[in-house]
Amino acid sequence: MSFAFPAPVRIRPTARPQRKASPLTRFSTRALALPAAALAVALGVAGCGARTSDDPADAGTAASASCVDTSGDTVKIGFLNSLSGTMAISEQTVRDSLDLAAEEINADGGVLGKQLEIVAEDGASEPSVFAEKAEKLISSDCVAAVFGGWTSSSRKAMLPVFEAKDSLLFYPVQYEGLEASPNIFYTGATTNQQILPGMEYLKEQGKSKIFLVGSDYVFPRTANKEIVAWAGANDVEIVGEEYAPLGHTDFATIVNKLKGSGADAVFNTLNGDSNVAFFKEYKNVGLAAETLPVVSVSIAEEEVGGIGIDNIVGQLTAWNYYQTVESPENETFVAAFKAKFGEDRVTSDPMEAAYTSLYLWKGMVEKAESFEVAAIQEAADGVTFEAPEGTVTVNGDNHHIAKTALIGKIGPDGLIYTEWSSDGPIEPDPFLEGYDWAEGLS
Amino acid sequence: MSPRVRFWGGLAIAAALLFGVAPALLSDFRLNLLAKFCCLAMVAVGIGLAWGRGGMLVLGQGVFFGLGGYIMAMHLKLSDAGPGGVPDFMLLYGDGTVPGWWEPFRDPVVTVLAILVLPALVATLLGLAVFKRRVRGAYFAILSQALAAAFAILLVGQQKVTGGTNGLNGFQSFFGFTLSDPVNKRMLYFIAAGVLLLMVLTVRLIMGSRYGELLVAVRDQENRVRFLGYDPAVVKTVAYAVAACFAAIGGALFTPVVGIISPADVGVVPSIAFLVGVAIGGRATLLGPVLGAIGVSWAETSLSESFPSFWIYFQGALFILVVAFLPNGLATVGRFFRRRRAEPADPVAPEPEPALETSGKAS
Repeated sequence: MSFAFPAPVRIRPTARPQRKASPLTRFSTRALALPAAALAVALGVAGCGARTSDDPADAGTAASASCVDTSGDTVKIGFLNSLSGTMAISEQTVRDSLDLAAEEINADGGVLGKQLEIVAEDGASEPSVFAEKAEKLISSDCVAAVFGGWTSSSRKAMLPVFEAKDSLLFYPVQYEGLEASPNIFYTGATTNQQILPGMEYLKEQGKSKIFLVGSDYVFPRTANKEIVAWAGANDVEIVGEEYAPLGHTDFATIVNKLKGSGADAVFNTLNGDSNVAFFKEYKNVGLAAETLPVVSVSIAEEEVGGIGIDNIVGQLTAWNYYQTVESPENETFVAAFKAKFGEDRVTSDPMEAAYTSLYLWKGMVEKAESFEVAAIQEAADGVTFEAPEGTVTVNGDNHHIAKTALIGKIGPDGLIYTEWSSDGPIEPDPFLEGYDWAEGLS
Repeated sequence: MSPRVRFWGGLAIAAALLFGVAPALLSDFRLNLLAKFCCLAMVAVGIGLAWGRGGMLVLGQGVFFGLGGYIMAMHLKLSDAGPGGVPDFMLLYGDGTVPGWWEPFRDPVVTVLAILVLPALVATLLGLAVFKRRVRGAYFAILSQALAAAFAILLVGQQKVTGGTNGLNGFQSFFGFTLSDPVNKRMLYFIAAGVLLLMVLTVRLIMGSRYGELLVAVRDQENRVRFLGYDPAVVKTVAYAVAACFAAIGGALFTPVVGIISPADVGVVPSIAFLVGVAIGGRATLLGPVLGAIGVSWAETSLSESFPSFWIYFQGALFILVVAFLPNGLATVGRFFRRRRAEPADPVAPEPEPALETSGKAS
């Protein structure tokens, strides 16, 4: 190994007359000897582990010796969501529905007869903290599976940890696709279950000039790249593509560009506070949902109140679940959620996907009759659950789930009502392999 | 106890803890966390020099931390991709080709040199430009913070070449050693701990030298130093560059230890967090910044594990207590009591020996 360290700088190397007060002269040799010796000993003791050329199997077994304890009458699972920082307001709602699901499952006798014991952690809205806490949950708490994450960056940060430790993550939020890890189950929508149906709906409505506006991060940029490729093959013109930094609140320029672009519809991937400013500005310049509709993919029931119902009523959203979905499963879910957390609370797509993810894990474990990762991966294909959004089925190849796409319209009461739905669940296709126009995207 | 005995005693204890006790007692996971804290402490050592001794309120160390971290991350991504290969995220989000300015970082030697030199060079140029114009105090703080904000926005916007908000992650190996192997993680910890001790020694050398005395003089009376014929801008720039170099090394080791570097690790908030640790530990002392940075990070981790929903309030309370009762940091707690007992001492002068010689150019 050859790690070169800079030697401590000797400010005055020249010899000086012996003088008590010079801190330098009495310094040099001892100063270097201690840490140098310590470092040498340490590196000697540490030795060197596997190099990349070594047999990977050895390194693998050393890293992934699972410590999950299933001998008692409980089994540990981890919930990892941001409870502080900018994402806390969204992720707390996901944590609430995970808690609800765990409570229901425990009341119903647990999983394989074992009660769920929750280890809760705060991801603090920072990817590196998500990675740290994921490792803590797997290595120190020995959980059987982890549920959580929201932003793409948090998922990307956790992915190497789950792969290296060979553990399982259930990720409940719609995302930009182009990923399929054997150690992650994606229970939110991938692009062909949310974004493409949104575009196809607009095309069906006769819209042919689309303006793209989004926050400047991975999800909007990747989604828009796919939309541009889709538009090229569908005779739809993209008349503008604008990004605002996350948290940006001055939309005068972007809305003016939008107004002047001749667009007949907007596809909106803005996130968080930016939506408030965008829709206010949109209304200020005299635009209206009837003539220039906006399809949003990051605005759910939870966000409508914050944006202001007046600013956004009549606009469209693309998701796989709304609180207003009519099914007995959803009625039970909404009633249970309101009973636990309050009548004024609403349920949204990511919350439903998180709730569903816990039941899907339960289904996989029961099918595998084991909490072991390999057995669950083996058993995952075809596991179904009658979710509030409808029947969902796990795809064993890419670990996503088949979901029905729903285009909704925001009503005057702040809830979202289904305008259009796909013909049954859409098979997940994270790499868009089934679409000719998507060739070369990934 | 003389300051010298205290220093060597403290260092010996620190070395024994870092190299003996910690590896023996901590699990691999905890040891890796300690390695991360050591990386953050490296930034703190630099801030202790620039802020504590030099009086420059460096609110943008995230920039240099990020430069080091991203340079290392680029090398790790390229070496994972193999000779001539393209990192995975570029295939997903970019056009599948490696930009020209990435290419030099395929070479490990260039990478290490770049980590050591590039951030220090940036800091030197910036420092000369700013300090020559006598920009000081709050203006300098605002400027350095704006720089951190701009750097993070730049990284986010250039998703095709920097990974955007996701940052760079998913490293397989570190200079040929597989990162998933716990033994190699241990090695990384020892490297981080060793480098941290070397940095503390370097700062000790600087603090004890005539340059160190000049730096304190510039902090306390910049104009008098100028009238004596020194150029305070050069004196400050050197400390700023050293702090930048330390931050870059911290970032470079943070990347393989944590496994990710993203704009969230380099922007305004982490830049302030670096400063908070230093302030709590004691900015003008030698070991204060290190203890502060490690202590604050450790408290953050353990509090958030025990109280995931409201740990942040505990942390806030801790900050208020320290600032209210120990404005010079936890490292001065001993002095606080001694001062009560005996005669008052200058709280920011740990080296009472007078400078006997003041000739020679600084830097």
